[in-house]
Amino acid sequence: MSIEVNKLTKVYGEQKAVEEISFRVRPGEVLGFLGPNGAGKSTTMKIITGYIPQTSGKASVCGFDVNKQSMEARRNIGYLPENNPLYHDMYVKEFLGFVAGIHHIPNRKARIGEMIGITGLEMEQHKKIGALSKGYKQRVGLAQAMIHDPKVLILDEPTTGLDPNQLTEIRELIRRLGKEKTVILSTHIMQEVQAICNRVVIISKGKLVADDVPEHLVLRSGGGTQLLVRFKEKVSPERLRPVKGLKNASLQPDGSLLLTGDDKLQEELFRFAVAQSLTILHMNEDKQSLEEVFRTLTS
Amino acid sequence: MYSIYKKEITAFFGSLLGYMAMAVFLVLLGLLVWVFKDNQLEGQYASLDILFTNAPFVFMLLIPAITMRSFADEIRSGTLELLVTRPLTEMQIILGKFFASVTLAVICLLPTLLYYYTITKLGHDIDSGAIWGSYLGLVFLSAAFIAIGIFTSSLTSNAIVAFILALFLCFIVYLGFDAVSDMGFLSGRLANLVAGIGINAHYRSISRGVVDLRDAIYFLTFIGIFLLFTKTSLESRKW
Repeated sequence: MSIEVNKLTKVYGEQKAVEEISFRVRPGEVLGFLGPNGAGKSTTMKIITGYIPQTSGKASVCGFDVNKQSMEARRNIGYLPENNPLYHDMYVKEFLGFVAGIHHIPNRKARIGEMIGITGLEMEQHKKIGALSKGYKQRVGLAQAMIHDPKVLILDEPTTGLDPNQLTEIRELIRRLGKEKTVILSTHIMQEVQAICNRVVIISKGKLVADDVPEHLVLRSGGGTQLLVRFKEKVSPERLRPVKGLKNASLQPDGSLLLTGDDKLQEELFRFAVAQSLTILHMNEDKQSLEEVFRTLTS
Repeated sequence: MYSIYKKEITAFFGSLLGYMAMAVFLVLLGLLVWVFKDNQLEGQYASLDILFTNAPFVFMLLIPAITMRSFADEIRSGTLELLVTRPLTEMQIILGKFFASVTLAVICLLPTLLYYYTITKLGHDIDSGAIWGSYLGLVFLSAAFIAIGIFTSSLTSNAIVAFILALFLCFIVYLGFDAVSDMGFLSGRLANLVAGIGINAHYRSISRGVVDLRDAIYFLTFIGIFLLFTKTSLESRKW
């Protein structure tokens, strides 16, 4: 097990920031850590990285208890804290050299060059960190987290504030890393989870409310399929009533129909159309998104 | 620890801070020793007393300026979280920063050896033991001020607050205890005891050229206590 969290609780004064959270992450998994702002995501991550201690419960990384074997645990963790703090008056290479020095990395120069290649910082490697755009700073943040080749990466909101292009690039990078490493990343963007995570843990008000693969979560919340269909003929919503598994149908302003129903809806609709000799011009499937699951679970 | 040390040294000399500290220190002391009224040349003795009585005051201003950012900036920008989640102990981080600042203070002092050389050439019968003792005393004193400065810097995310607090504490420990013991309401032994808590008594004692083990222990303990305070202050996030 790469990360094991067992009944973790953190109390700040009177307030319980995290309450009896337990989950495990296997090597090679990319775990999406979801929750509304203030749910306790960052607190949990700070405990795992050893920045703050828990009130009760246990956390371990690669078998090392984060309190008792703190140094060993930390050697196995790459951490990108929230808001990506960096030394803005250091140069990119200088900063990576500094981090590499802390970790006593042999062949420092080669390793820094490698990290610059992996994170796509070639063009910016001679600049001061303060002069980089947000997307490139984020890459520096990822590079410093990975320079000692840790088994576990803990990324606290790695994609906040990036533009759509940077977003895609950083996600691609994380997905690539996720093949070799165990990754926990916190976010509140649902598409991100669907795009890169193979497991999701949702917490709300400090409590764990879901721990599953994204697809199962959608099913569990009674989700189904949403279809946007356009027929060549004029079809009223009432006419589609006999279609099996259809729950709701409504006419859209542009003449197409918005249908919701179970997973088989698409097939059934197609059969119905053939039987009735209707021509489907366009059919667009939209699985019920995690966003709704998130909303039902956390509100 | 070495990585932190190296980073701090690079930060001092990669920015203007290091050079400015040196320039201010040397210009101020140079003026006092050689140019202003009552300077070393007008005095008839071959000594460097003016240097050694004024350097503590210059350090009192300069050292808080050098150390004020050491932790305050890390707290403000959040980089402290990057440092303390690495396989480093808090003490390693503190010592790295401490020794970097001590190095800068020693580098500020080095050019003043030229003053010593000048005086030996101008006069004879210079008390070399006292000079070297005074240098050692200055290194101890600056290290003690640095420990205070690093501590106050760890208390706040505001470097200016750290500066003012450090200046105040340095003043109190350098002169405050002496002043209290001189006020006359304390009897002889108690007055000595109070003066002995302050830095000045030990600095003067070392400056005579006789290195008393008690003075060395005093400075090392003083520094150790403030570095431990710093550690406690950094760990306060865990409470």
